[in-house]
Amino acid sequence: MSTPNIEDLQKISSQVRRDIVRMVHAVQSGHPGGSLGCTEFFVALYFHILKHNNSFNPDAVDEDLFFLSNGHISPVWYSVLARSGYFPVSELNTFRKLDSRLQGHPATEEGLPGIRIASGSLGQGLSAALGAAQAKKLNNDSSTVYVLMGDGEQDEGQVWEAALYGAHHKVDNIIATIDYNRQQIDGSTDDVMDLGDLKAKWEAFGWQVIESDGNEIEGLIKSLEHAKTLCGKGKPVLNLMRTEMGYGVDFMVGTHKWHGIAPSDEELANALGQLEETHGDY
Amino acid sequence: MTKLTYTEKKDTRSGFGAGLHELGKTNENVVALCADLTGSLKMGDFKNDFPDRFFQVGIAEANMMGLAAGMTIGGKIPFTGTFANFSTGRVYDQIRQSIAYSEKNVKICASHAGLTLGEDGATHQILEDLGMMKMLPNMVVINPCDYNQTKAATIAIADHHGPVYLRFGRPKWPIFTPENQKFEIGKAIQLVEGSDVSIFATGHMVWMAIEAEAILADKGINAEIINIHTIKPLDEEAILTSVKKTGCAVSAEEHQMNGGLGDSIAQTLSRNLPTPLEMVAVDDSFGESGKPEELLGKYGLSSQSIADAALRAIARK
Repeated sequence: MSTPNIEDLQKISSQVRRDIVRMVHAVQSGHPGGSLGCTEFFVALYFHILKHNNSFNPDAVDEDLFFLSNGHISPVWYSVLARSGYFPVSELNTFRKLDSRLQGHPATEEGLPGIRIASGSLGQGLSAALGAAQAKKLNNDSSTVYVLMGDGEQDEGQVWEAALYGAHHKVDNIIATIDYNRQQIDGSTDDVMDLGDLKAKWEAFGWQVIESDGNEIEGLIKSLEHAKTLCGKGKPVLNLMRTEMGYGVDFMVGTHKWHGIAPSDEELANALGQLEETHGDY
Repeated sequence: MTKLTYTEKKDTRSGFGAGLHELGKTNENVVALCADLTGSLKMGDFKNDFPDRFFQVGIAEANMMGLAAGMTIGGKIPFTGTFANFSTGRVYDQIRQSIAYSEKNVKICASHAGLTLGEDGATHQILEDLGMMKMLPNMVVINPCDYNQTKAATIAIADHHGPVYLRFGRPKWPIFTPENQKFEIGKAIQLVEGSDVSIFATGHMVWMAIEAEAILADKGINAEIINIHTIKPLDEEAILTSVKKTGCAVSAEEHQMNGGLGDSIAQTLSRNLPTPLEMVAVDDSFGESGKPEELLGKYGLSSQSIADAALRAIARK
């Protein structure tokens, strides 16, 4: 794999964060906190890690696949898809508006390039990703399937059904990532539903677990490249990725309060003042 | 028209198993998933002959629906197998989001539907599945009537691109449709031509309607019997053509009255040609343990119940 240009990726991340707060502000709805916290992850994936083609083949033959299970952080995905050429950047202006392809939660019905399955109702993405990984094996397609879940989403029972399945069937062409920001809508994950030792839980379910820092892009890329080397060894891979919800905007960082609310005009100006416009606003 | 009789009984789930095995031989993209009920769903032949395309998922139906949705990416045609209750109510949100809304080419194959499951009782006797499935946009809903038709339907749905709910059952039931009859999704089949009342039946109740026709014939009444094997899309043309001739109708299904085939027919009639309609279905109650025939009798789904409903419909003309 080529050496990443970290400075370029950081510049893209800054622009993506501007897109996120502007999109959510424009319609006064959406989920900025998790989107900001996962910006480096999406930028690392789409601008360095994934073997993908922005002309968008729904069946993804000989391409890596990405699934977003926690669909509420759609703003970061839409921004990164647009910035990597899946659809015009100007379309970000339609987010959550009538007749848009950019639905509040990702969907296939409107035909937005880059989306292969709807998500929003939590707990379902890992199952779909495992199914796609099984299909790749049947098709002798050696590419990799990636999926992102939230940590609050680990409350859902289906996640653990899927975890059992992945180990039992030795689905070793999948890298699942948990956005481990320890926040969910009603408060911290410790207070709402204590997840205990997530690393030990996933290891006990038979997965190879790595830990990473999701807001430090150079280290994150190294972690994801390491995760790739663990594929093909008979066990699925789980990346427990620590992030800060709201990372990049000082008054949003580290709190569940910005999980699902939009900034006011003044707050938007404050946030944009902290984020350099590097690739031109949409 | 030849009088409909039968010489053999077989379970419709075995028709599914035979159809799936046939598909295994003819379509390499067909894969099967099962939630720990391989024997009950008659998926053993497929599993034995195509082990690389059979996926045991354990007792985890939610995960099974998600896996199936994911497998379609890359061109596979997944057939999921479990009981009808666990194929629908237990996993409604997974089907809604990951399959129906996502327009995934998944075939949800559901056995042990309705009262005729018998002794296991109401926990397993789902009577709401047709309603739940027909409400979902993009979903095709099929309830074949006997072994031959279930086998044919199983084979036919592989060629339909999109989500399908295929419902069948546990008991041995008369086989009265021709072997290798082509199955056309959404195309109702007239079994008996008549002029006094139209009886629209689905699934196991088609045979009960045929028995009712004999009861009515003894009273000098000519009932038309139409097999509505596809609840959605509904063959409105066949329904309207028949009631234009007969002037009244009866629906018969092994399902709740709310949300079932009768509901769909009532919508069609009230929008196009208001016509007296009597519904033979379970009237807002759960089932219970018992033999299939006993249950059909107690809950008003016997052939006599259908004949009585036909007389009421005729009286309302």
